[in-house]
Amino acid sequence: MIDYLLTEEQTMIRDMARQITDEKIRPVAAEYDHTEKFPWDIMKVMGKSDLFGVYIDQKYGGMGGGVFELCLATEEFSRGCAGIAICYSASALGAYPIILHGSEEQKMKYLPAIAKGEKLAAFGLTEPAAGSDASAIQTTAEKKGDHYILNGTKHFITNGGEAEIYTIIAMTDKSKGPRGASLFVVEKGTPGFTFGKKEDKLGIRASATRELIFDNCKIPKENLIGREGTGFIAAMRTFDMSRPGIGAQAVGIAQGALDAALKYAKQRKQFGKSISTFQGIQWMLADMATETEAARALVYASAREVNAGKKDVGTHSAMAKLYASDVAMKVATDAVQIFGGYGYLKEYPAEKYMRDAKITQIYEGTNQIQRNIIAMGLIKESAK
Amino acid sequence: MNIIVCVKQVPDTTEVRIDPVTKNLVREGVKAIINPFDMYAIEEGLRLKEKFGGKVTAITMGPPQAEAILREAISLGCDDVVLVSDRGFAGSDTLATGYTLSKAIEKIKDYDLIICGKQAIDGDTAQVGPGIAATLDIAQIAYVRKVEEIKDGYITAERATEAGYEVVQSKLPCLLTVVKEINDPRLPSLKGKMRAKSAVVTVWKAADILAEESRIGLKGSPTWVLNIFTPPPRSKGKIFAGEPQEAVDQLFESVKGLLH
Repeated sequence: MIDYLLTEEQTMIRDMARQITDEKIRPVAAEYDHTEKFPWDIMKVMGKSDLFGVYIDQKYGGMGGGVFELCLATEEFSRGCAGIAICYSASALGAYPIILHGSEEQKMKYLPAIAKGEKLAAFGLTEPAAGSDASAIQTTAEKKGDHYILNGTKHFITNGGEAEIYTIIAMTDKSKGPRGASLFVVEKGTPGFTFGKKEDKLGIRASATRELIFDNCKIPKENLIGREGTGFIAAMRTFDMSRPGIGAQAVGIAQGALDAALKYAKQRKQFGKSISTFQGIQWMLADMATETEAARALVYASAREVNAGKKDVGTHSAMAKLYASDVAMKVATDAVQIFGGYGYLKEYPAEKYMRDAKITQIYEGTNQIQRNIIAMGLIKESAK
Repeated sequence: MNIIVCVKQVPDTTEVRIDPVTKNLVREGVKAIINPFDMYAIEEGLRLKEKFGGKVTAITMGPPQAEAILREAISLGCDDVVLVSDRGFAGSDTLATGYTLSKAIEKIKDYDLIICGKQAIDGDTAQVGPGIAATLDIAQIAYVRKVEEIKDGYITAERATEAGYEVVQSKLPCLLTVVKEINDPRLPSLKGKMRAKSAVVTVWKAADILAEESRIGLKGSPTWVLNIFTPPPRSKGKIFAGEPQEAVDQLFESVKGLLH
């Protein structure tokens, strides 16, 4: 691995996450994948180790880092299990709207528990009819006196049902289109807020994905994040921050798959020698390693740009997410190939990486949407 | 509730090599870690502190490098650490070590409980913990697998025995040695690691703890090591395959054969 010249604190975060991955996640990854049980045990360990707070300001009980630190931890966890890793990083996705646009009171109220890992957060944007077209959301928030009344259904919500704190996008003024969307905090247990079925997924099966159902759900007006009408922009800014995290998850998957394939190639004997002595396998491994490192470099560069507070990080964070997830899919597929028939069996680790990799090309904006963002950025930039 | 946890720096390997000439452990080139059994002692100390308040002080006797494991103890949540280190301690056997640590503990003075791992993975003697209690003339409960209750100056604990367990009650202060069944040790935290980085490690020399020269180091160590060897690896067990009835019959015949 290239030396990315991490600070002492960043190295500490990576090593801590690595220790948790090797000692606590790896031994149980296959079991959680099989049973789809929510990994609360691991969440507790991550919380006690202060890892849920790496991107949160010290003022709110965090470690004072940013997206890059979040990426370092997410990458390590994903090496062990991308499903468990996403439970961790989806909490950050839920917290970011509060960090970016929340009031001081909201930050004081919600962030300390998130930083300690005592409560998980989740982000609710996607709806049955609003996937890539995020502006088509139907959920409404109607202001009535001191309250808003929420109605509608969100789906595919990571950490749905498990999280305590939800940041939700709903329309406060449908006539204004995207400019009529607003962001709210909704706490689990609020009357009128229930959960739909848990989805049975191809990969990241340790994570919980559920529907959120709002049926005349009444929340205090203090739960509005920012101003009315700024919800869509806040969501887009949140994704600008969170995309490197998906890139990091993808890099972790690719690294995990590569490590497994390399180990297997050295052990597996055919034609009287280890298959790692065959050039065909060597070239595959070389490409896998090179592409994984290139993806890591891009993810780290874009995350560092976000940390530095640069404006317009959207194009680069989209590139990081797009490239790293495509690499993860390719590397994981090649890992299965190197494992041969064993790669197709659940008893071996390769197929899980391949199943887990696929989602990184889909969620947090499909890779087609990422290309749209990158192209729009290019065209905008060239017009300057 | 003030708790002292005794920890030891050991080589990070289960395949400890022994120098055939000096009969000493070969420590060069092997990463040092906190003796794994002491991790359970630290964890129990931290849990009791979380329950009853007070503080946890980790203490070790060792060379200056042993400071590293004390920093690790801080990263896990220990409040204070003391390194007892002096050239004069070199060559200490378990008696001298127990004496030395008990002198340091006397200097710390204010404690209710001392917790040690049941033994170290390098020497495997299991003598230092009980030795400390004997020197301090306080009660001890060895091989504790569960602390049931601490109330009104008494501790009630389950100690593991070969046949099962005993429930023992003792007056405080008391020394416990703990077995791995007692808990699941935590990992360090980032905030703990940051604290460990800047923490000051107190170092006490022989004179600081008022240790008698005749009772420390080689002079204070009556143990003569005649020979140390690596035991032969345990041979593989025999598996009786086949139908249960058949396998049991074979097993029975085999055991019968051994008895004759």
